Amino acid sequence: MARKLNLRIWRGDATDGGLKDVQVDVNEGEVVLDVIHRVQATQMGDLAVRWNCKAGKCGSCSMEINGKPRLACMTQVASFEEGETITVTPLRAFPVIKDLVTDVSFNYKKAMEIPAYAPPADLKPGEARMEQVDVERSQEFRKCIECFLCQDVCHVVRDHEENKKSFAGPRFFIRIAELDMHPLDILKNRKRTAQEEHGLGMCNITKCCTEVCPEHIKITDNAIIPMKERVVDIKYDPARMFAGLLKREKRS
Amino acid sequence: MSGVFSPTRAKIKERTLRTDKWWLEPAITFGVLFSFIIYATFRAFEGANYYKDHLISPFYSPCLSEACVPEATIFGWTPVSAEIFNFALSPALIILIFPLGFRMTCYYYRKAYYRAFWLSPPACAVAEPHTKYTGETRAPLILQNAHRWFFYAGLLFNVILTYDAVISFKNVEGQWGHMSVGSLVLVASSTLLWFYSLSCHTCRHTVGGRLKHFSAHPIRYKLWSWVSVLNHKHQQFAWYSLAAVAFADIYVRQVATGAWTNFYFF
Repeated sequence: MARKLNLRIWRGDATDGGLKDVQVDVNEGEVVLDVIHRVQATQMGDLAVRWNCKAGKCGSCSMEINGKPRLACMTQVASFEEGETITVTPLRAFPVIKDLVTDVSFNYKKAMEIPAYAPPADLKPGEARMEQVDVERSQEFRKCIECFLCQDVCHVVRDHEENKKSFAGPRFFIRIAELDMHPLDILKNRKRTAQEEHGLGMCNITKCCTEVCPEHIKITDNAIIPMKERVVDIKYDPARMFAGLLKREKRS
Repeated sequence: MSGVFSPTRAKIKERTLRTDKWWLEPAITFGVLFSFIIYATFRAFEGANYYKDHLISPFYSPCLSEACVPEATIFGWTPVSAEIFNFALSPALIILIFPLGFRMTCYYYRKAYYRAFWLSPPACAVAEPHTKYTGETRAPLILQNAHRWFFYAGLLFNVILTYDAVISFKNVEGQWGHMSVGSLVLVASSTLLWFYSLSCHTCRHTVGGRLKHFSAHPIRYKLWSWVSVLNHKHQQFAWYSLAAVAFADIYVRQVATGAWTNFYFF
């Protein structure tokens, strides 16, 4: 049975904008994206919203719902109190284009900066073999749907625009981790570049990326911290320091 | 204007639009950690009431100063002078840097205190108050990379605190085979410290996480799997062990001052 829902939607573009109140019908079992579509169909015909699969797998409908970065298609209206006003805004870490649509091209630029998978030169197509235990760690990271909620919530860029040039962000730290943990990847300097070029050292482990990930990837525990530990291996490890390995490595 | 108020971003004047009690968790964390810091500072400088009848406070173990009560030392080994530059040094001050350093650089506590004390950020999607941020790339925060050093030191401390727990199974006359409430308190404290250390991310990395080929190292993979199970509870072990160590110190102090009697079961 339909009931009325109070919705506040941010409308505007890069020059100006604000929150607009609307009241809209909502049916049992509907998600926030459903009611946004109803608003678009009945009250705001020019409302801009990016969406695609409506199944939590394309990562298109990322937005902030009551201040939290979430997928609109996976956020049940019933998860809010009855009578509660739901506020919907675009992602606040990226430049806004129009209404709920932001320019996430920052992420594509960062993706291009990560060197691709580098198998041994003599490994021919179809010859790669890996055991399940070796695949599992990377498989968790392959669940990423590139919704960029982790990038949006990360305070390193969300609260400091100037850091965007030197910080790749959690989505790309899991990409680097995935490759560095890959048994057949032979690129040796992923750890060092993660620290020195992609800004791994700027992460202060506050775990917001993990909290918002709709795929429940343990970004901090399974990717960022292991990468930080791998950086410690090559730069700050006590045993290796005492053995003088660091100096030798630098010379080579 | 930077961050969420940058010119190209959606014009929203609020620092956050979260409607839940996002401030509660950092507030509780701040309250508990700050209370611990105040108590630990008082105890570290007190320099007394840390030993009584084979019970030694974890804040004062190992007791390495010439000022230590002889029974509290490890086989009478006191390599550190009681005074440094004419300043009477509490035995706790000599050693506390190691457990303190281990906790300060711990990946869980970093999250806790960056949020609760430094508000960086206070909570997810809540704008932080700082105008600049360089993370752990410069001094002093680059020292967080010393966590592994403190991890190894922490393991040594765990061995010593376990030894202290074993010693507590003596009665007042020094005979073995007796158990008191103090024994249980020290066993609980040292056990939780082992769980805290073994669930540490550095431990997880060291036993197997650094490998590229798990299949080529089945024993280390098994160890990594076990530590990973513990690692999921690292936050809980961090709090439980902190509470257990604080309580062990309070218990020993109360017994040493005579406020409480250490009850022997047998």
